[in-house]
Amino acid sequence: MTTPTAVALEDAKVAFRLGDGRVYTAVEKAHLAVAQGEFVAIVGPTGCGKSTLLNVAAGLLKPAAGSVRIFDQPLAGLNREAGYLFQADALFPWKTALDNVAIGLEIKGTPRSESLPQARKWLTSVGLGAFANRYPHMLSGGQRKRVALAQVLIRDPKILLMDEPFGPLDAQTRQVMGNLLLDLWNADRKAVLFVTHDLEEAIALADRVVIMSAGPSSRIIGDWRVSLPRPRDIFEVRLDKEFHALHREIWSVLKDEVMKGYAQSTHAAEAV
Amino acid sequence: MSRPTLFALQVLVAVVCIVLWQVLSTVPVFGKILLPPFFFSNPLDVFSQIVKWFASGVIWKHLGITLAESILAFVIGSLGGVLVGFWFARQPLVAAVFDPYVKMVNALPRVVLAPIFALWLGLGIWSKVALGVTLVFFIVFFNVYQGVKEVSRTVLDNGRMLGMSERQLMQHVYWPSALSWMFSSLHTSVGFAVVGAVVGEYLGSAAGLGYLIQQAEGVFDVAGVFAGMFVLSAFVILIDYGVTLVERRLLVWRPTASDGRG
Repeated sequence: MTTPTAVALEDAKVAFRLGDGRVYTAVEKAHLAVAQGEFVAIVGPTGCGKSTLLNVAAGLLKPAAGSVRIFDQPLAGLNREAGYLFQADALFPWKTALDNVAIGLEIKGTPRSESLPQARKWLTSVGLGAFANRYPHMLSGGQRKRVALAQVLIRDPKILLMDEPFGPLDAQTRQVMGNLLLDLWNADRKAVLFVTHDLEEAIALADRVVIMSAGPSSRIIGDWRVSLPRPRDIFEVRLDKEFHALHREIWSVLKDEVMKGYAQSTHAAEAV
Repeated sequence: MSRPTLFALQVLVAVVCIVLWQVLSTVPVFGKILLPPFFFSNPLDVFSQIVKWFASGVIWKHLGITLAESILAFVIGSLGGVLVGFWFARQPLVAAVFDPYVKMVNALPRVVLAPIFALWLGLGIWSKVALGVTLVFFIVFFNVYQGVKEVSRTVLDNGRMLGMSERQLMQHVYWPSALSWMFSSLHTSVGFAVVGAVVGEYLGSAAGLGYLIQQAEGVFDVAGVFAGMFVLSAFVILIDYGVTLVERRLLVWRPTASDGRG
């Protein structure tokens, strides 16, 4: 392979020490490589540790075993090449939309006279040019996600890590945001690691869909290439025959895991 | 309800109370005055006492002293509260060691400290400032501590992933969060600064609103006591209004700034 590997998880294992001293293994030996310019989606049942895996790639969590390599360099501390889009609201509530975007540059020491016009440009490109002076609480959930996206992209990270970023949004807004993401991504094709529980979303967006088994000790159990042509339109790609075939194929594997995960979570609830 | 109607009703309450007070303290009901003037005075006397104070200009000196004590108590108490609150929140070990002592001092009714402060700092303004500081400090301290502790995990991680250093996290995340908690208790802490000043004056001083009230009480001048109370209430309402203006300016980003009153 000639394109360099942006993110490589090599047999990464993630474990937590529980309150009673036992060790809970969230993810067992995950092996995953994301090439430069590649859009990879991780799909798995609830509680399978897919967000955990993302936090390992971000450097927010240290793997218990195995290693993480970013552009062939072992990762120590936080991943400085990556931008992270969180599932929950992560904007600074005391900053306006404009300042929230500009902060991405100001941290690096860019003077405000430069960062503000850039932030304005980014807000416009996520469709919020007119909302620059609003505080996060004055924006809708979808608008806040757009600001968060601009906040991450203004730093021009080489890798994008996304943890169910559109999870809290309603179905229509999710699709609109998906298209916006694809448009922005098409411009410079960063490496993307996108975590979701929505298989349709994963196939519509990604080049590769990776499936994880139900936790605990979840593993990567499948890896499919999505060869739908780009640029894609999320509304239309869902009507494609190939989309359906792929969806059926992946779902046949994922379904068992979802049932297992569901059984475990209800079981755990009964035990408590 | 429309604003003018509301205002009219609010004024009506005051008018009814004052008229009742005036009538019951001057007109005998069934041959008996229900509010004896010696204990209750009457609104006209109280009003003329207030007018006298303002006309002669005596009151300004006392108002000025009380205001100065309140402001000093507020500023010093807040500064201390912010610094110690930050320190404790960032150093859990220090917080754990001092925890029982903080609880102990906070549990102490502050009034009992007034004689000690008078002894240490004399009868001037500083003993009153010290009393106010002990009240303001704990409110600000607890709020800043909470504000730093309860910074959202996600917002913090976001700051880190955006590349913030510890210093930048302090400036862009911890500090605004702590300040917002402190400002949400601004009404309470400013109120306590005034309470500290007035109680201190009442217990031993040579000037201030508390002194005025205490002097009037000493010679059974009930009109003077009531006049002092009214001036004090008006003073506190004015300060509170000022705080509301400051708060509205500083907490624009908060969804419910007015709900956060501690």
